[in-house]
Amino acid sequence: MGTLITLIVSGLAEGALIFLMASGLSIILGMMGVINFAHGTLFLWGGYAYMFSYYSIRARVILSVFPDAFQTGTQGGILRVTGVQLQAGQYLPFSQELLIFVVSILIAVSVVFIMGIIFEKLFISRVYGNAPAQILITLGLQVVFTDLVRVIWGPNMIPMSRPPFLDGVSSFAGGRIAHYNVFLIIVGATVAIIIHRVITKTRIGMVIRAGLQSPENVQALGINIRKYFTVIFACGAALAGLGGALYMPLVGNVVSSAGMNNQILAFIVVVIGGLGNFMGSFLGSIFLGLMGVGVAVFLPAISVVANVLVMAIVLVFRPDGLFGKAVNKS
Amino acid sequence: MKSLLKAENLVSYIGPYTILQGVDIEVGHGEAVVILGRNGAGKTTFLRTVMGLVHTRSGVLELDGQNLAGMPTYAIQKLGIGYVPENYGTFDLLTVEENLRLAMWKEDAETMERRDYVLDLFPDLKVAYKRYSKTLSGGQRQMLSIARPLVNNNKILLIDEPSKGLAPVIIERVALALREIKKTTTVLLVEQNFALACAVGERFYIINEGKTVENGAMENLIKDKELQAKHLGI
Repeated sequence: MGTLITLIVSGLAEGALIFLMASGLSIILGMMGVINFAHGTLFLWGGYAYMFSYYSIRARVILSVFPDAFQTGTQGGILRVTGVQLQAGQYLPFSQELLIFVVSILIAVSVVFIMGIIFEKLFISRVYGNAPAQILITLGLQVVFTDLVRVIWGPNMIPMSRPPFLDGVSSFAGGRIAHYNVFLIIVGATVAIIIHRVITKTRIGMVIRAGLQSPENVQALGINIRKYFTVIFACGAALAGLGGALYMPLVGNVVSSAGMNNQILAFIVVVIGGLGNFMGSFLGSIFLGLMGVGVAVFLPAISVVANVLVMAIVLVFRPDGLFGKAVNKS
Repeated sequence: MKSLLKAENLVSYIGPYTILQGVDIEVGHGEAVVILGRNGAGKTTFLRTVMGLVHTRSGVLELDGQNLAGMPTYAIQKLGIGYVPENYGTFDLLTVEENLRLAMWKEDAETMERRDYVLDLFPDLKVAYKRYSKTLSGGQRQMLSIARPLVNNNKILLIDEPSKGLAPVIIERVALALREIKKTTTVLLVEQNFALACAVGERFYIINEGKTVENGAMENLIKDKELQAKHLGI
């Protein structure tokens, strides 16, 4: 029972992270028709931007409060990261740790949001309606910006600790529950509720729902849908960036291969959840998160192929996804 | 009479294909004009060209003297061209209310008055106001499609085959609504259903193979069985 609870919480946390990536990808693909293979690099940049901001800000705050704190060396490429370690008995108050964490997350999300605007304006907007060009251009962006990460922060894995106030583990019904996992579930659920509210209650939500069916007919109502495309692409990017920022402390390191690995999961969710289907993305992410954790524990030999196998089965029996496409294009 | 919408020797294309090969159409303020022609003649393409959904290659295309060629669709609509696309064009994931709200340029008192007028014109929509449009019948969707642009103060309404796929009894209701609408709005109607075209139109144009081949008063076309047989296969 205890193991089951631990696995469920871990699976839900994984699912929450996948959802952050998949929800944006699903809307971008469903509404804008853009096959965005650069989504993984946006996730990656979220992670690295968070790591850099977190270490930089925290090092400065610690040294300003405790000038005798240990400098533990630097690592990385052009933008080197300075490690600073508190001595025994030294600690930053919760409010400062929280502020450092929140500000670092906001910086990461903002960086990736701006990257999203630039990507859409400079590259994506030129290839609307041209799927082969979209694949080539977004794959190109994926390669270039992933390599750029290696140039800026080096090719080696950089350790990434969790914020001290989220680093604990509690026991519940015999299971061991990491506080960070609970935090991820809360963030995922909160983001899901916000997205749902935006889609169902706001004008931009109406445009998204209408645009999923026919961007052309939205334009014929006097709405400049290209402007919305930019905003929606940037918001999808920001969600991926948030996912990246929250992912790195979960796995305990930042590494440049993380983008592509997680992008594949997000694409699988879009396929099994149904194109542009918000609820499909949500439930698909939870399913994939739970399955991933379960397979890793009980059938580790097939953990690599399990997700792809599920996608293949869904594609054979339900080509529109388990929950169906949001709407048929017209 | 000063023309509101004017197309002169209009040529437009989709990819490598030239679809309109010289269309001349003029619609005056307050008129109800019908475009007729066989399937594939270029009627729908003409409306789509006016809306900027199909690219203009050459010729004149003006609304109130302003050149429309090369303008984006949303900007053309904002000049005061309401568009009712073929096959309804209503949004399944939006309610009737949301379909109407999405079409509104602004949500002021004047617009709300027009919305109320539209709901009086199509009482079915008032009943189904909170329902998703995917749950509506074909006739109700067509009504919603016609109602949508009417919430704005348009100069002209372009309507593409409103009778398509509808039962005769529903077509009669659509005809009644269009006759009401044309009292206050200039209408350019593309239609294959000759009875509906006669009920609404005051003048006609016939397009064949991407060119305007005939035009005149609707009453003359009604009398001219030879012309009907030649171009409309009636």
